Amino acid sequence: MPAFPKKLLWVLLALAFLVPLLHPLFPDVVSGYRLFLVSTMIIAAIAVLGLNLLTGFNGQISLGHGAFYAVGAYTAAVLMDHLNMPYWATLPCAAVVCFIVGYLFGLPALKLEGHYLALATFALALAVPQILKYKWLEGMTGGVQGIVLNKPEVPFGLPLSEDQWLYYYCLIVMVVLYWAAANMLNSRSGRAMMAIRDQYMAADTMGIDTALYKTVTFGISAAYTGIAGALSASAIAFVAPDSFNIFLSIKFLIGLVVGGVGSLAGSVAGGIFYVLVDNSAQALSLFVRNDLGLPFDLSAYTVFGVLLIALMYLMPMGIVGGVYLAWRKLRGVRG
Amino acid sequence: MEQFIQQLASGLANGAIYACVALALVMIYVSTDHINFAQGEMAMFSTYISWQLMTWGLSFWVAFIAAVAFSFVLGVIIERAILRPLHNAPVLSIIVVFIGLLAICNSMAGAIWSYLIKEFPSPFPKSSFGIAGVIGPHQLGVVVVTLIVLGLLFVFFRYTPLGLAMRAAAQNPQMARLVGVRVDWMLALGWGLAASVGAVAGIMVAHIVYLDPNMMGGILLYAFASALVGGISNPGGAVLGGFIVGVLENMVAFAGNQIEKATGIYIIGNGEKLTVALIIVITVLTVKPAGLFGRVVVKRV
Repeated sequence: MPAFPKKLLWVLLALAFLVPLLHPLFPDVVSGYRLFLVSTMIIAAIAVLGLNLLTGFNGQISLGHGAFYAVGAYTAAVLMDHLNMPYWATLPCAAVVCFIVGYLFGLPALKLEGHYLALATFALALAVPQILKYKWLEGMTGGVQGIVLNKPEVPFGLPLSEDQWLYYYCLIVMVVLYWAAANMLNSRSGRAMMAIRDQYMAADTMGIDTALYKTVTFGISAAYTGIAGALSASAIAFVAPDSFNIFLSIKFLIGLVVGGVGSLAGSVAGGIFYVLVDNSAQALSLFVRNDLGLPFDLSAYTVFGVLLIALMYLMPMGIVGGVYLAWRKLRGVRG
Repeated sequence: MEQFIQQLASGLANGAIYACVALALVMIYVSTDHINFAQGEMAMFSTYISWQLMTWGLSFWVAFIAAVAFSFVLGVIIERAILRPLHNAPVLSIIVVFIGLLAICNSMAGAIWSYLIKEFPSPFPKSSFGIAGVIGPHQLGVVVVTLIVLGLLFVFFRYTPLGLAMRAAAQNPQMARLVGVRVDWMLALGWGLAASVGAVAGIMVAHIVYLDPNMMGGILLYAFASALVGGISNPGGAVLGGFIVGVLENMVAFAGNQIEKATGIYIIGNGEKLTVALIIVITVLTVKPAGLFGRVVVKRV
């Protein structure tokens, strides 16, 4: 898939930075809650971006990225809670810890392909909440209760509300990470990553150190998702083991598939999408109950599941890719 | 010592459940090379069906048979309607579809029957069943029922023409098609049977773990471990793997308890069951991917 048009990217970025400043003009439209929601969307986008680096660009399937998200979140939470580290300093720490964990998990993953790697990561995702409750870690992780944190404070006396600052904080982190990912993919290393995905044997023959690239990609991918986890820890100001269950990893997969496997812009769209559906679940449920008259609560996961299956038939490149293809067809471009 | 035997017996009972789910996984894997991540949730859904039938007044065994039959039909439909068109799709698409199925089964069960934990009855009479102090009535019943089911499956695959055709379709689809086996339908039947075996496991385990939409998560993980230990390409191995892993699981927890009692240091216990399964899965996959009894796959480069 071709790169996102640059002009559009700048316009979107400028909009993203300016919109919160409209708060005094439209206090109901640009409300604090909405900004917080958009912040969680940005966090989701970063997590999906991490998964996409691994699955979309390197061809290693992971159903367990919730695990790295959890590691990132807990690293940040423990550092803030026990060492009183400022929230912004936890991001690089979470990135490093997750890189190491991802790199180490990438080593056995070298021997696994396709279904088997999916199986191993699925097992990881199922086991994460239990590992977090492990008795020896309880002093640090707070066991089942988790850790309660403080929300990030507005620095330098800037005239912003907490939600506004959180939004800018997340947005800046995402822009930096997106830029780094785009540059990495556009470099020699990025091409090597994609070559491994497309033609493993040929890449190996060409002299690419496939083992090194695969494990390092695993590490980088885990670091991205871990940073998202760390951001979420400061945004929600709370971590608890049971929120990092298998369904978190499934949400990342939704973001990946909806946005488009192997598309950076798609990852952002995918992240925004799953948070949106997750948050409108209640409205959706009410709609099914009252307007359609069906006697049960439609949950977000039913929508997710149906979408996952339907997309595999209709738009294997994700919604962004599908819309792009449709647009090209409409304009009559071939090839 | 008595405690040890109790743990062993309860390990065997758990193992019987894992053996069933592992067998269901292997049945699908052998014929289509797919790992069914939704196997556990499908079994959970069937268990809810049987619970619903029982609350409508049917007896346990009638509800049991109805739910198993329902699962069979559901399995056949899922194969024909959802997976058949994706037969040549890339691995990621297949996995995504399975995860989609998992999400649908789980959320639909939650939507229809709510996420509240429910008690599930045991069909086995309390007295005069089981061996006092060694194995409880339900555990013994579970082992007996699963052994009967496994025996029936063995007889079906070994001695009936249909079973032979299904094995042929799984082993060599082209040749089977040439001699007149309807391979497509054999795969669908295999799916149906796998779903039924999973349903048996779900209904049997529901009394132990209680009924809720997330009850099969841990069991599915253990079933994966069992299938891998036994060799994911070998049905008999998967069954044996189930019993091995079931006993191993309880022995690890037992050993952890004993160590804690003796030294006062907590290393491992019931809370680490899923972690143990994770370690088994990763160890087998990296050290001996063919498992104990599986075929070593040789790939031509």
